[in-house]
Amino acid sequence: MTVVQNVGIDDYKYGFHDSEENYAYKAKKGLNKEIVQEISVKMKNEPQWMTDFRMKSLEIFRSKPMPDWGSTEMLSDLDFENIHYYVRSAEKQGRNWEDVPEEIKKTFDRLGIPEAERKFLAGVTAQYESDVVYHSIREDLTKLGVIFTDMDTALREYPDLVKKYFGTIIPPTDNKFAALNSAVWSGGSFVWIPPGVKVEIPLQAYFRINTENMGQFERTLIIAEPGSSVHYIEGCTAPTYSSDSLHSAVVELIAMEGAKIRYTTIQNWSNNVYNLVTKRAYAYKNATVEWIDGNLGSKLTMKYPAVHLLGEGARGEILSIAMSSTNQHQDAGAKIIHAAPNTSSLITSKSISKNNGRGTYRGLIKILPGAINSKSHVVCDALILDESARSDTYPTMQVEEQEGVTVEHEATVSKVGEEQMFYLMSRGLTEVAAKTMIVNGFVEPFTKELPMEYAVELNRLIQMEMEGSVG
Amino acid sequence: MSEDFLVIEDLHVSVESKEILKGVNLRIGKGEVHALMGPNGSGKSTLSNAIMGHPKYRITQGSIYFKGENIVDMTPDEKARKGIFLAFQYPLSIPGVRIFSFLKNMMSAVHGKEISVAEFRKVLKEKMSLLGIKQSFIKRYLNDGFSGGEKKRNEILQMALFEPKLALLDETDSGLDVTALKVVCESINKIINPEMSTIIITHYKRMLEYVRPQFVHIIMDGRIVKSGGEELVEIIDSQGYDWLKQEALATSAL
Ligand SMILES: Nc1ncnc2c1ncn2[C@@H]1O[C@H](COP(=O)(O)OP(=O)(O)OP(=O)(O)O)[C@@H](O)[C@H]1O
Ligand SMILES: [Mg+2]
Repeated sequence: MTVVQNVGIDDYKYGFHDSEENYAYKAKKGLNKEIVQEISVKMKNEPQWMTDFRMKSLEIFRSKPMPDWGSTEMLSDLDFENIHYYVRSAEKQGRNWEDVPEEIKKTFDRLGIPEAERKFLAGVTAQYESDVVYHSIREDLTKLGVIFTDMDTALREYPDLVKKYFGTIIPPTDNKFAALNSAVWSGGSFVWIPPGVKVEIPLQAYFRINTENMGQFERTLIIAEPGSSVHYIEGCTAPTYSSDSLHSAVVELIAMEGAKIRYTTIQNWSNNVYNLVTKRAYAYKNATVEWIDGNLGSKLTMKYPAVHLLGEGARGEILSIAMSSTNQHQDAGAKIIHAAPNTSSLITSKSISKNNGRGTYRGLIKILPGAINSKSHVVCDALILDESARSDTYPTMQVEEQEGVTVEHEATVSKVGEEQMFYLMSRGLTEVAAKTMIVNGFVEPFTKELPMEYAVELNRLIQMEMEGSVG
Repeated sequence: MSEDFLVIEDLHVSVESKEILKGVNLRIGKGEVHALMGPNGSGKSTLSNAIMGHPKYRITQGSIYFKGENIVDMTPDEKARKGIFLAFQYPLSIPGVRIFSFLKNMMSAVHGKEISVAEFRKVLKEKMSLLGIKQSFIKRYLNDGFSGGEKKRNEILQMALFEPKLALLDETDSGLDVTALKVVCESINKIINPEMSTIIITHYKRMLEYVRPQFVHIIMDGRIVKSGGEELVEIIDSQGYDWLKQEALATSAL
């Protein structure tokens, strides 16, 4: 995977060069013990416990059934034997700009991604050399004791920390895709914030472009010690491209007492990608976890960020948008488990569907016995742009405690109004421009939570989606 | 006689297969200000919507020429880019869309060129102070949660930035308090120039005392039944429309 972090960039380059002797390595298609062994031992030289963890996960993966929700039809098309589970960077070197699908190129052009970064796609790593700014930020953070690096490096350099938390929030037994990721994971970010440290600037990871199979099974773990806070942003100012068909990440967050984690994702996959991601957070006493999750592109996305409110006064917020277009299904949602008194949660889900695209909200609010005075509020808004698009909402509420508990759910489905369109068009905006403006307005509650450059980018991605120039 | 700007011939308009306009004829010359009055439901908004090209208002017969060009088949945005502006009787709200970016987009769309943020800010500030609109206003979402009067002011702010060639003001006065009406009308007077034409739709003479029309038309039941000068405003203000009904009956009895 090609995680480029604007902090910790040096580590990344180190990792890259480190693998030079195996520069052109690609595991055979398909998944078996030998391949997992090869990834863990031969390629990554991992400690025994990780190798064991992977092998066990592989067994679990085999024994687990496919999910029976989302799009079972699309899922059944997924051929696990037709995937390269591990490809080392040389593949990128062999790649030419010419090999990049036309659609993606167009996106790059329109996004104004500089030539230098395009070269990165073709395997040139030097383009980050000039980014000294990042280095100074990193020094600043390092002084405070903050760890921000890629997961492979973390496993080498901070083995105890990784071992203590890795897979504890999302064990391989959780679901088929978590098991798969546990068996073949590679890359992702590792973040550790010392007690009381508040990281003011967001930590960013760009999943620029995934060349074949790279970065499709990333693994991210963030631990915020008591009283600390961090905002982590992953994503794409560029669409993440994968020539192969499966992206299956696992993201684990731990917010200790009084800590705060905000995790922002903007994904824009090309439309041949299955995006099946497991994201979960534990929030302890008075901790806050916020998932800000934007999903564009992909063929099928199944993603339900979760927060387990485990300590008194913990708070979870999940704010998401999903845009589905031609032949796409965004099955996204949120899960909150209230397991302690005085916990609160807010879920805001916004979906936009057009051109036979399908948007689904699938959510779970669970109030466990003893979680007295817990409050939960769910708002689902769907915007349908034409007759062929579809939107469904499947909210589930399991309330097992009554005392002082409130659970509210609001859902709206709207169409772009003819009157609104006329109003905007009477001001000279074309039909597409008017519609785009309405859609951008619809997602504004989401956009306004993003840092400026991400907000601008998201609006631009939406505009491109509306103009139909991105698949 | 001044150059023709808007010429409407035998215009028939239906909404949901019900005929609302039943043969409207109207001629507006360059630089002229016309008032259009008529009872509720007589078809005033229908006429302005049809001129602007609202898809729901189907033109079944007749033609609309703007500067010699038949605009019947044009889309609203094409008409806007030709300089036709409609100040809505009931402006729509668009949640999440900030006024600032909306107005900026409108400006570049109708003037056909990008305008820098700095330049736009300057122009906007000037027009807003003219209309007595608070600066904080531009951060709000378009008409979202606006009072009736705020919406109307916002329409005229748009008009000021739009610099129309033909302005259709549909009951801009309704919802404005006495002071606001004065401020808004003064702004309209500043915008109006010899190069553009204006149609003012209103029920009351108050607005027409500020923005003085050279011609007044009265529409009833989908037809313009009387045209004249400012004197008609006074008559309607004191007598309403009943006398016109009598007159119409008398005419049809002939
Ligand atoms: N969108 C619409 N759908 C259904 N009927 C409509 C629509 N627009 C106009 N009509 C009908 O057409 C007729 C004329 O309406 P219009 O809005 O043009 O009247 P108006 O002269 O502007 O009245 P007012 O002074 O009350 O604004 C009315 O009977 C009205 O109900
Ligand atoms: Mg009206």
